[in-house]
This record gives sequence, structure tokens and C-alpha cells, in this order.
Amino acid sequence: MVELTIFALGILLIDLMVPRGWKWINAVGAFVGVVFAALCVWQIQSTLPRGAAGFYNSLLVDRFAIYFWYLFLAGAAISIITSVHYLDVEDEHHGEYYALLLLSVVGMMCMAAGIDIVLLFIGLELMAISTYVLVGFLRRDRRSNEAALKYLLLGAFSSGIFAYGLSLFYGLSGGTNLAIIARAVSAQNPHNPVVVIALLTTMTGLLFKIAAVPFHQWAPDAYEGAPTSITGFMSVAVKAAAWALLLRILVFGLWPLRSVYTPVIVFVSIATMTAANFAALTQTNTKRLLAYSSIAHVGYMLLAFVAMGTSQIGSPGFLDGFKGILIYLLVYTFMNLGAFAVITSLRQRKVIGDELDDMAGLYQRAPVEAALMLLFLLSLAGIPPAAGFLGKYYIFLSLIESGHYGLASLGVFYSLFGLYYYLKIANSMLMRAPMETERLPISLGMRCALGVTALATIVIGVYPEPFIRGVNWSLGIVQSPHVAAILK
Amino acid sequence: MQSHILSIILFTPLVGAFVLLFVPRENKDAIRWIANIFALGGFLISLPLVPMFWAQRFEPGFKFLEGTPNNWIPSIGAGYNLGIDGISFLLIMLTTLLGWISILSSWTAIEIRVKEYYVWFLVLQTGMLGVFMALDFFLFFVFWEAMLVPMYLLIGIWGGPNKLYAAIKFFLYTLLGSVLMLLGILFLYFHHHTVTNVFTFSIPELYKTAPLIPFHYAIWLFVAFFIGFAIKVPMFPFHTWLPDAHVEAPTAGSVILAGVLLKMGTYGFVRFSLPFFPAVVSHPRVQSWMIGISLVGIIYGALVSLMQKDMKKLVAYSSVSHLGFCTLGIFVLNPMGLSGSVIQQINHGISTGALFLIVGILYERRHTREIAEYGGISNVMPLYATITMIMFLSSMGLPLLNGFVGEFTILQGAFTANWRWAAWAAPGVVLAAAYLLWLYQRVFFGTVTNPKNEKLHDLTPREILTFAPLIVMALWIGVYPKPFFQILEQPVNQIVQTIHDKSNANAPVNAQVAPAPLPQAAAVVGAKRAVPKASY
Repeated sequence: MVELTIFALGILLIDLMVPRGWKWINAVGAFVGVVFAALCVWQIQSTLPRGAAGFYNSLLVDRFAIYFWYLFLAGAAISIITSVHYLDVEDEHHGEYYALLLLSVVGMMCMAAGIDIVLLFIGLELMAISTYVLVGFLRRDRRSNEAALKYLLLGAFSSGIFAYGLSLFYGLSGGTNLAIIARAVSAQNPHNPVVVIALLTTMTGLLFKIAAVPFHQWAPDAYEGAPTSITGFMSVAVKAAAWALLLRILVFGLWPLRSVYTPVIVFVSIATMTAANFAALTQTNTKRLLAYSSIAHVGYMLLAFVAMGTSQIGSPGFLDGFKGILIYLLVYTFMNLGAFAVITSLRQRKVIGDELDDMAGLYQRAPVEAALMLLFLLSLAGIPPAAGFLGKYYIFLSLIESGHYGLASLGVFYSLFGLYYYLKIANSMLMRAPMETERLPISLGMRCALGVTALATIVIGVYPEPFIRGVNWSLGIVQSPHVAAILK
Repeated sequence: MQSHILSIILFTPLVGAFVLLFVPRENKDAIRWIANIFALGGFLISLPLVPMFWAQRFEPGFKFLEGTPNNWIPSIGAGYNLGIDGISFLLIMLTTLLGWISILSSWTAIEIRVKEYYVWFLVLQTGMLGVFMALDFFLFFVFWEAMLVPMYLLIGIWGGPNKLYAAIKFFLYTLLGSVLMLLGILFLYFHHHTVTNVFTFSIPELYKTAPLIPFHYAIWLFVAFFIGFAIKVPMFPFHTWLPDAHVEAPTAGSVILAGVLLKMGTYGFVRFSLPFFPAVVSHPRVQSWMIGISLVGIIYGALVSLMQKDMKKLVAYSSVSHLGFCTLGIFVLNPMGLSGSVIQQINHGISTGALFLIVGILYERRHTREIAEYGGISNVMPLYATITMIMFLSSMGLPLLNGFVGEFTILQGAFTANWRWAAWAAPGVVLAAAYLLWLYQRVFFGTVTNPKNEKLHDLTPREILTFAPLIVMALWIGVYPKPFFQILEQPVNQIVQTIHDKSNANAPVNAQVAPAPLPQAAAVVGAKRAVPKASY
């Protein structure tokens, strides 16, 4: 079943390369591919309710993986719809764009489902290389080229460090399966220098991919330079994949080492929130601002991870922290893609549209979009009843449950910073006079994307019950005897 | 069989906002009519609540309960639960009345982006009502925060010259308080789980477990809640957002801000801080700090009002002073102080709401609020001058008008607890008379000094209509406040009883806060009822 999904994607990709004349067909093809993949995932979900391992125990399709697969596919689908018009404007409409997008999704799926470090690394690289190219997709734009090069150099370097860490774990345990590693590591003294070095180098790679301070410098440049539709994709799907990888490795594999890595995560999360929030305050480019804000969001999610790392498996602090991360990624997918979709639609023939000033008076030019942008911004700031509040709720709840009152206070304090810079965008959008008065044309695809993301943001916020159940369902696996058997 | 009257009252404005979305934006008069119809409708729908509530005013606990626990988000134990007691009943009636009046008063004041203005205003109205009705902490918090957004937009889009600054300051300040409160709520929620093994946000349930929290945790929780509410009230060191927000907000926004939004802070103290942390609030040190801050607020607000050159700023600072009385009444922790405080909250909504309308009327005609620009207005606008006089007198606490009843009861409550507190608060009343009468003298008396003021026209029928209900209410509370005290009697005694029981049980007792026997409090207004001792 697993094979089928990935092969289906692969075949679709080859198909995509063929038509050249009708550019938008590529998008339709990619979209159909995503929908088809989603159907396959649904089928897997219904036929294998308890999950299954395949490929010589390198791939574990459990509920955790399925949850993330849906997330990636949703992110990819929305990005594809927003791309069509944007690429037309940029005059860079090529089939490769969508092919790379889909390939990166395949990589992400491997990252979420892999329990073998080799497969995880292959998935990571497949995703990363696809995104390097996508970031530099605007060949004639110097910013895009610069961003791609920076991203490539730093990304390759971090992948190397990550691979080094994994190889050390292989050396320690003699196996590449996370279950074997987990068993070997739990037998070791966690303060054995080799273990610590292996852990730290692995974490460096992981933290680089989720763009946590101090490994975040690539993110603002890459986000600013990349095509806006890709920026949105990177900030949600790529980030969610990196989180899936992090959770797989640190929770499923290296849980015995949590006493070593949790203090590091505490430091990193505080540093991330501080640096990102302060940096975001002074930005004048909307994409860059949202890049820093997305780094800040990583900081909040790391707080939930701290709560997990300091509680026992199955205790309220652990579960709510885990739920917090999963829900946060879910709502973040929709609200951030929505925000980026609005910025994408600002891109016209003449205007780049990613400066804060370009937002001025957006209300007069496109009232509906401005209202939706306000919704996304408030959701990002965590104001109920928008969806973002639910993520914040779980994160702070898990912190309270695990007794981290200081960290919780720090987190809410920084959420004020967040509100301030989001309101800066809202202010210029709603309360300033527009630079130009013509109304903004909005393509059909863009309308769909905005409609879907806005609807999701509102529905998750107002009636979160089904989504919380979904997350609970995906976490059922943590205590499932089936997985416990594999991990033994 | 549940009655759904609370839901109907709650969602009428929201339905209005939704209807407005489908009216074309060019059709300004239709938009105004629809908004006014829904606002008036919201008020009229809330009127049947009065006889219904009156019939069961002495029954213990919350009334008109709606929803079953956990019916909204069962996974986390949040429910759509509504219910009111005497305190929230009065505040809800105030909200529906002021909501209608402010929407009526905006008819000519708002000329740009009319549609969104009314949409946001109606959304705001629902948010405020929800705060007073919610019996579930999650629901409460959603309303509490969601309501900030429309207010932020009202200030930011339709405000004065410095509106961006004021809007952001308002939003950030109040959010700071509410996120701290969120942490407090989550702690209570988790604590309830550790005690009972049940996750629930139901407020009546949390009432049972919250007082069990050990003192050294409870004090921090109290601080978290206190900051949230104190910013909203605003109490003395947290008040700096208020003058900015008031000066920049459009008239109707100021009316709602002063009339209802500030009451959420005091409501929070009464509804949450007192029954949740009885041991903390009755701790002598905490209590004297709270009283001290209130007293500073009373005097400071009044002194700053005295030297304002801008009428609206003057009224804004007078709010700080008046709300100081309200918090003073709350923290003297006896039935008299508490019911006086709630009455004073209603009074402040009526009088200060009217004062902002008064300032707004001059501003609409002359586009300035500088006191120095005016003089001798009573010659040009005699009717306006009369109404202003009534409202000024009500605000400064002249007997037979509403302000007197509230302030007198609070002072009496303070006197029973500690005569020094009353002695320090009393100058606030004198200063209020000073700044208001002086303002009146400068603006209304004498001859018309500024030629621009010679042609000002007197109140239109619509404007008279906005003042009429406020004057009626001011007179009613001033002359015959007994029904109001009767409505408050049960919930107030309940709260004081909780504090007394719990603080005796598990904390150092403050001798001064032994609850005064009820008949004393009721004797002020002639009501005599037995104390119902029921649990929530």
C-alpha cells in the first residue's frame, strides 16, 4: 500500500513532464496527483487501521505518519492553486515547478513515516534538494538566486552534520533502525561523550531544518527571495516535515536521552522566541516579517516540546504538548498559507508587492482580501476565536501541566510582540491611504485558496472538536501495542 | 425545558452584523436603519428578561442556565454554558441599553466606511454580552479576547489624529492582561483535574476546587488575574492606555468603552477573583494593597481631571477616579461595599456614557474639544445645557441622582471596614464636584466669547432620544434604588459568605472582613430580606 502511494506520485510526475504548451495543465495535473495521493492515504488509513511497517522495517505507516501526510498534501494542494497565477505573472511557468513540488512532498512523506535513519535521510534530502531549486526558481531575479545559493550552502552543510550524527548512532548501535538505536542508546550512559556528540550533531541538523535559533539565518533570506507561493509552502509543509522528522527521531528514537536534550531545547526555544520576535519588530518587508514570525512560532512549538520532554509518556503534560505541536502545525498550515496567498495576490505585473507599504490601503483595493488577511493575522497572533488560539492554548496548557510557569509567562510575553508586528501589517492595510486606487484583480485559483484557508481558520477556531479528535486519533499510536512491538 | 432568552439576546447583534454584510456599501441610510433596528431590537428583546429575572431574584445560584457542560468541545471539557445572576443581569441590561444608544448616536458622526463601522459595532456588542453571560471559562475567554478586535478597529479606523498609536496601545495593554489571565485559567483547569480527575472549564465547578489551591500558588494566580482585570478597569498604575484610547476613539466607541468595557474588569474581580481566591483577597496585606491602589486611583484621577484642557480627556480621567470607587467597594469585602460597587458600575455606565455623548455633540458641531474654545454655550444651546447639568450632577454624586447612591453605599461599606479608607476616598467626591462644575462654568456660563459658537444649533430629536433613557435611569436609581439592591442582594451575600467561610477555613483571618450582617446593608435602602445561604 505504501509503495502504491509513492509510485502513484512518481508516475504522475513523469506524466507532468510531457505537456508543455498548456502551462496550466501542469497545475491541474499536480493538483489531481495530490488529490489522488490523498485518496490513497485515505485507503491506507481505512485498510490498515493500526498501522503497518514495510520495506524491511524502514517505513512505519502509523497514524502519526498519516496525520502528517494529510497535512503535507493539504499544504501542497493550496500552494499549487496559489501558484498558477503567480507564475504567469513572473513568466516562469514550467512543469518542473510542480514536479519539484510533488517530489518534495514525497520526500516529506518519507520523513514522516520513516523509522530507519537511512530512509529518513533520503527523504530529507529529496525534500531539501527540491526546495533548493524551487527557491531559486525565478532565474532572472537576483534575490531569488542569492536566496537559493545561501539556502543550498547552509542546507548542505547542516545535512552533512546531521548525517555525521546519524552515522555515530549507527556506530553506537550497529543498526539503522530507530528501534535498534533506541534500545542501544538506553543501554548506554546518556552522558557518554560519544552519545552526547552524536545527539548534538543530530539535533543541529534537525534544528536547522525547523529554523530554530541559532540555526535560523537562512530562513529570512530564503523566504524573502523565494517565489512567494514557495515561501508559503516552505513555511508550512517543509516545516511540518522537519517537525515530523524531529519528533520521529527525538521521541520515537532517542527518548532515553531526553534528560540530555531537553535542557538544550529549553535554551533554543528561549533564544528562538527572543531573537525572532525582536528581529520581526523592525522588518519592513512583509515576507521577511512573516519569516521571522514563523521562526517565533517554532520557538513556541519548542516550548511544547520542552513540556513533553520533562513529563512521563502518557501524562497530561506529555500528551497535551504533543497535541499542541500537531495542532499548531495544522492551524499554522492554513493561516500562514492564507497570509502568504494574500501577499502572492499582491504581485502584479508592475509591483512586487512584498513591502509593508504595498499593503497600505489594501482595504480600499480589495476589501475581502483585507478582511481575510486580518483574520489570518489575528489567528497568527493567537486571538480567539481564530484557529491560532487553539495551538497557543495547548502549548501553554502543557507548560502549566508540566510545571514550567516561568517558560509559560515568557511565552505569553512574547506573544505580545507577535501581536504588535502583526498589527503593523493590519494597520497599514486597514488604516492607511492606498498608494494606488485601482482595484486588485484576483484570480479564481486564488479565491479558492483564500476561501479554503479562511474557512479552515474559522472552523478550527470555532468548532475544534473534530480536529482535536483527529489529533487524539493520530496520537493513539503512542500507546499502541503494535508500535511498541516494533520499537522493542 | 431550557429557556433560550440569553442566547437570543446574545446573538441578535451578531445576526444584525451578518445581515449588514449583504447590504451594498453605497447605501448608507439603509445600513444605518438596519443597524439601528437591530440595536434597538437587541435592547427590546432584553427587556422581557427584567420581569423574568425579578420573579426569581432571591433564588440562589445562576439563573436562565443554558447548555449542558462540555457540549462544545468535549475533548477539553469546554461547553457553551450561559447563565446570569443579579450582577451580570444588571450589566447585561446596561450593555444592551448603551449599545443601542451608541449606535443611535453615531448616525451623523460616522460618514466614512459606514458599513464596517456598524458591522464591527454589532460584533462588539455580542462580544460584550458574551463576557457577562458565559459560565464556561473557555467561552468567557473567547468572548473576552474576541471583543478586543472590534474595539481596536473602531479606534483605529474611525478615531482621531493619533488613532494608530492609541489603537495598538489599547490592544497590546489589554492583551497583556488577558494572556496572563489565560495562564491563570489554565492553572485552575489543571488543578481541577488533579483534585477531581475531570477536565472542565465550567465556572461553577471551578468555584468548588479553586479555593483549595495552596496559598503560595493562589497568590500568584491572584496576581495573574489581577493584572488582567486591573488593566481593564483600569486601576491606577495600569491606566495609561485609557486616556489615549478615549481621546482617539469615536464618540460611540468612548461611550461603550467607558460604559461597558471597563466594567468587565470590575465584573472579573467580583465574579472570579473574590470567589476563586478567598484566602488571598481577605489576607490583610493584599487587601490593604488593593484598597491603597483604589484610593490612589480615586485621588489621582480626580486631580489629573482638574487640569485637563481637553474635555474628553477630562471625562476619561474622571473614569479612573470613579472606577477607583468601584474597586474600593469590591475590596472592602462586605455586602454593602460590594453592592454599592455594582450599583456604581451601572451609574458610571449611565453618567459617563452620557458625558461622552455630551462631549461628542459639541465635537460634532465644532470639531474641537478644547475647553478654551467654548464659553457661554448655555445661551446658544439651552436644552443641551440643561441635560448636561443633570448628567454632571449625577456624575458628581448629588443626592436624588444615581451617583450618590453608589458612592454613598461604597463609602459606608468602607467606613464599616475601616474608617480611614472612607476618609481617604471622600475627597474624591469633592474633587469630582470641583472638576465637573469648573468645566461646566468654563463651557456653559458667561457670554459667548468665540464667534464660531454663535450659530450652534440645539439638540435634534434624535439626540434627545439618546439622552432620554439615560436621564430616566439616573433618576430612577437616584430616587428609588431598592429594586437594584434587591437584585444584587443574593449574589453579593453569596460571595461575601464564600470569602468568610473559606478564609476562616484555610488562611489567616482578617478580623476586619467579617461579613457585616446583611440587614445593615439593606437598611440603607429599606430592603429587608433573610440571607439565603446556598452554594453554587
